[in-house]
Amino acid sequence: MIPAKFDYVRPSTVDEAVAALAAGGDDAKVLGGGQSLMPVLRLRLGEPSVVIDTTRIDEMKGITDSGTAIVIGAGTTHDEVTKSALVRDHVALLAAATETVADRQIRHRGTMGGAMAHADPAGDQPPVALALDASFTIAGPGGRRTVPASEFFVDYFTTAVGPDEVLVSVTFPKYTGWGAHYEKFNRTAQAWAIVGASAAVRMDGGAIAEARIGLTNMGPGPVRASAVEAALIGASSLDAIAAAAEQAAEGTSPNADIHADVEYREHLARVLTRRAVAKAAGLA
Amino acid sequence: MTEILDSTAAIGRPLRRKEDAKLLHGRTNWTDNIQLPGTLHMALVRSPMAHARITKVDLSGALAQPNVVAAYDAASLGDLNAGVPCVWPVTDDTVMPPFPALTGDKVRHVGDVVALVLATDAASAEDAIAHVDVEYEPLDAVINMVDAVSPGSELVHGDAANNTCYVYDLGGGYEDALAKHPDAVVVKRRFVNQRLVPAFMEPRAIVAAPMGMSEEITIWSATQVPHILRVLLTLVTGIPEQNLRVIAPDVGGGFGGKLQCYREEILCTQLAKKLGRPVKWTETRSEDMVATHHGRDQIQDIELACTPDGKMIGLKVDLLANMGGYLQIITPGIPLLGMFMYPAIYKMDAYQFQCTGVFTNTTPTDAYRGAGRPEATYAIERIVDEMAAELGMEPMAFRTKNWIQHHEFPFTTVAGLTYDTGNYEAATAKAMEMFGYEELRAEQKARRESGDPVQLGIGISTFTEMCGLAPSRTLGALKYAAGGWEHCTIRLLPTGKVELVTGTSPHGQGHETAWSQIAGDILGIPVDDIDVIHSDTGRAPYGMDTYGSRSLAVGGQAIKRAADRLIENARPIAAHQLECAADDLEFANGSFTVKGDPEKTVTLGALAWAAFSAHDLPEGVEPMINGEATVDPEDFSYPHGTHLAAMEVDTETGKVRVRKYVCVDDVGNQINPMIVEGQVHGGVAQGIGQALYEGVEYDEDGNMLTASLADYLIPSAADLPSFETGTTVTPSTTHSLGTKGVGEAGAIASTPAIINGIVDALRPMGVNDVLMPASPQNVWRAIQAAKGGAA
Amino acid sequence: MQHISVTVDGTVCESEVEPRTLLVHWLREGLGKVGTVVGCDTSNCGACTILVDGQSVKSCSMLAVQADGCKVTTIQGLSTGDDWHPVQTAFKECHGLQCGYCTPGMVMSTVDLLSENPNPTEEEIREGIHGNLCRCTGYHNIVKSVQYAAELMGGTK
Repeated sequence: MIPAKFDYVRPSTVDEAVAALAAGGDDAKVLGGGQSLMPVLRLRLGEPSVVIDTTRIDEMKGITDSGTAIVIGAGTTHDEVTKSALVRDHVALLAAATETVADRQIRHRGTMGGAMAHADPAGDQPPVALALDASFTIAGPGGRRTVPASEFFVDYFTTAVGPDEVLVSVTFPKYTGWGAHYEKFNRTAQAWAIVGASAAVRMDGGAIAEARIGLTNMGPGPVRASAVEAALIGASSLDAIAAAAEQAAEGTSPNADIHADVEYREHLARVLTRRAVAKAAGLA
Repeated sequence: MTEILDSTAAIGRPLRRKEDAKLLHGRTNWTDNIQLPGTLHMALVRSPMAHARITKVDLSGALAQPNVVAAYDAASLGDLNAGVPCVWPVTDDTVMPPFPALTGDKVRHVGDVVALVLATDAASAEDAIAHVDVEYEPLDAVINMVDAVSPGSELVHGDAANNTCYVYDLGGGYEDALAKHPDAVVVKRRFVNQRLVPAFMEPRAIVAAPMGMSEEITIWSATQVPHILRVLLTLVTGIPEQNLRVIAPDVGGGFGGKLQCYREEILCTQLAKKLGRPVKWTETRSEDMVATHHGRDQIQDIELACTPDGKMIGLKVDLLANMGGYLQIITPGIPLLGMFMYPAIYKMDAYQFQCTGVFTNTTPTDAYRGAGRPEATYAIERIVDEMAAELGMEPMAFRTKNWIQHHEFPFTTVAGLTYDTGNYEAATAKAMEMFGYEELRAEQKARRESGDPVQLGIGISTFTEMCGLAPSRTLGALKYAAGGWEHCTIRLLPTGKVELVTGTSPHGQGHETAWSQIAGDILGIPVDDIDVIHSDTGRAPYGMDTYGSRSLAVGGQAIKRAADRLIENARPIAAHQLECAADDLEFANGSFTVKGDPEKTVTLGALAWAAFSAHDLPEGVEPMINGEATVDPEDFSYPHGTHLAAMEVDTETGKVRVRKYVCVDDVGNQINPMIVEGQVHGGVAQGIGQALYEGVEYDEDGNMLTASLADYLIPSAADLPSFETGTTVTPSTTHSLGTKGVGEAGAIASTPAIINGIVDALRPMGVNDVLMPASPQNVWRAIQAAKGGAA
Repeated sequence: MQHISVTVDGTVCESEVEPRTLLVHWLREGLGKVGTVVGCDTSNCGACTILVDGQSVKSCSMLAVQADGCKVTTIQGLSTGDDWHPVQTAFKECHGLQCGYCTPGMVMSTVDLLSENPNPTEEEIREGIHGNLCRCTGYHNIVKSVQYAAELMGGTK
């Protein structure tokens, strides 16, 4: 299928992009890597009047170490994220989740910012951002603002990025030395996650000292399993992890679809959380 | 890897394919590549509703769009709005409702076509269809077959009471046989053989073009059946057959889905003729999912009776078969291709079959790899396992006790087929050894005893099938409109090279290579000196095309007979040159030689020039040498085999993994074992696709919930294992090359092996069935239900 | 219309394109590079895979205007004339194709995978090409082809 007609703008700075959005009005659409947007355009599920291609904005690319955090430009590709030593060393959970996104071709084009701004509830990285307390830098007509992950993801395919704004970067605090594992459960390798569990744990003396748990596809947006995180503190055995993981479905509100109903998703959340934590803790 | 092969002894060798060079270099000729000057691009207005009355179609908005040349609905297309043909009314009273290319009264499935737009470019055509204003008055959608046949249901077609297309009966005497065994053990099951999408990789595409000022219309189509398509286009459009030329250029897979005379082919042809311009249409994948016919979709009630010591008494099968919203080329007949196969490899006293064809507001169904036989094989192999469990017998031992033994062939089954040959013992023994059957049973026992959350199951499928469709007389008796013969012409060119014209129409199978091997072997000519001409009614005028694993089984025999005739036609010229009697000549390795005088010899190549120059031909012999044959097969062929799957089931999540897959297939003599193996791999993968991943889902309004490759899951490389394949060779005695057919075997055999393996893993937990596809949720649900928990 | 300049299989191609034109459609219909094909509209099948600046991408999921200034390699630029790239050779030797429709994408994905991982395990191969769907081969011989290509290209076993 062929997309409906649109105008095309390719700004080279964030300011130009914001200006183009303002000029484009309500029907303007930001194009990042395009790996979610292109099928939408082809199927004519969306018919923007103008597409603003942000893939040539240098400021939105690359991964830097700010000292206490890792800053990832919104236009950085999944492939670059997975191969980044900074990410692997300090935000290993993000690398683990990003490695599972779609396939090689899509990881070559798709971007961190695009995946976050698209906010698909089945996305692999938004729960990582939520669990790891990432923050989002957003540029708009009034300048820049920073939004914590807890306020960034609003609803199905909806984030705090306004219609006149552009996501510039995502900042992850360092989790150096933490164990990490992403347990993705899908029906075929290229299918979206039915449920996913992201776990990062800091071990101290063989026991879990701190834990961060994010869940994929367990609600309209990413879900943080706070009850599990609390219950895991001090856990040093598989039994203790399993007991904590029993709370994984608390506070979730998953959808039913052709692949899974609510009850099954809740069950998977518990099993996958247990497995992810056990692997992150080096106990499985 | 590279083997040096003697190309003059080609049969049985894994020759690398002639087809591959162009395919690997992208120098291909897909239909969508064709760009003719002045082409009009067609876009179709498809129904978003499953069942509705059309109350208004207004084309004016579309006609006002840029680059739009014409637009039509059923009314404005008028007499050109020909019907899509169905050539297999299975009974005298089969309801055959009209299926116009553009529907005018009602829409009967999502994707049904209401109108069309022609524009000078594809994007403009696609833009314009949004401006066709169609108004619908919704009707209740008939989706579920059980509801469809219930009295009072909304009717898809007014003349089909209870949405019933036909009721077909075969056999009988099941109850009588059962009455003779008061102690009989009876197992009944309802299996759902879910709806599948063929999902060939190349979407359908058509270009129809008038050839200058002549009357000829050339139609390039991504079809499996150019010859059948030409006849049917003539029958439905009235365009004289001699004025239609159908070409199937490179075709990217079909699996039955391109065995059709589609409405889009009719429309492109009619419009090209009417407007005097090329008309092109290439389907999008989204269209493919709702508009290309689907496969399977049967509800199977099956009942098997045995003596307490495990001898089969009889089998009763009652099917509901989903026709969809219309009948396409052989929609009604698909379940009948399975009808003969339910008794499979087993001996029993009675068989009783009934099938009800049901109209619903869904995409029409038709042939998909195996066409009826996978459904039958699934049901019988599943219930055989269930019966073994009921009797407390090891499932392979139960099969062994009931199958036809190799010394009993030829064997006439309770369904009335006569299997010429087979050796189920040999194939099974080899498969079990390759599989490590006993070791895996030991591991299964250990896992069961330790309560491992990952359980192991062994799935068995000992199958046979009928393929090589078929003797024309038999097809006629089944009310199928066409014959089952195949044609070949072999022409010896002046320079000694060969043109082989076949009526088969390959779309990935490798006929150019395999047919060259057959002819090359018989004629003693290097395979590279043989050009195989196919899939063009202008260059290969006679043929019945490629489907039903028939191309080698039937077409191969035509090649053999044509090659033999070519040699006989060359013989008098050779005798004339060598100054001997024709009977004194032997033919071997491409040369005629006088018996007992090896010095006196002449090659076919030399005779070719002599026959071309015609300077010195014997009296009464015409110039040029060729051989022609049209072969109607004596019978079907009956490949068989044993497939074994080791299935790991994560009992916590329901996720399954194919740990090991072993199959031993007996397809008779093999022309090219590399190609045979490739066919088995692909078939097995599609069968696993049905077992684990694929299935069309509709909501209650008839919207397809699996209408893209993002939702309809066909397996990728990461979702399948490597396969361990083996073969036994029991040549067919009814086919002159001793070959059978291999295109569908893998797809027929593998589905029950996978599901039997899952059920076998979970049987101690009380599970005795799992719905297909065996998605994690379906498996988990089966476990929960067996536990007595949530279901 | 937008002006673009893209180096395709070694030739600098200048063109005016509608912004909505997909890269694959420009390659096929604009340049006649019909070796690259379209198999779906949801980025699942990978039949349209090409290399853009040396990395595999699905050319149905990129606009032609986005390729402006890039270097594109299609199946038709992998080898010239009668030459065979080792990946092409391997697919033929191992019968890694049947109908051939997925083949251009499968070959380009293999080239991409082996450029990053010259000696992949079977699992790495299966993971590495799962963005390319094949309906004919069951992937068995495709995996063998990738292994053999790695061998031909000097990866150690």
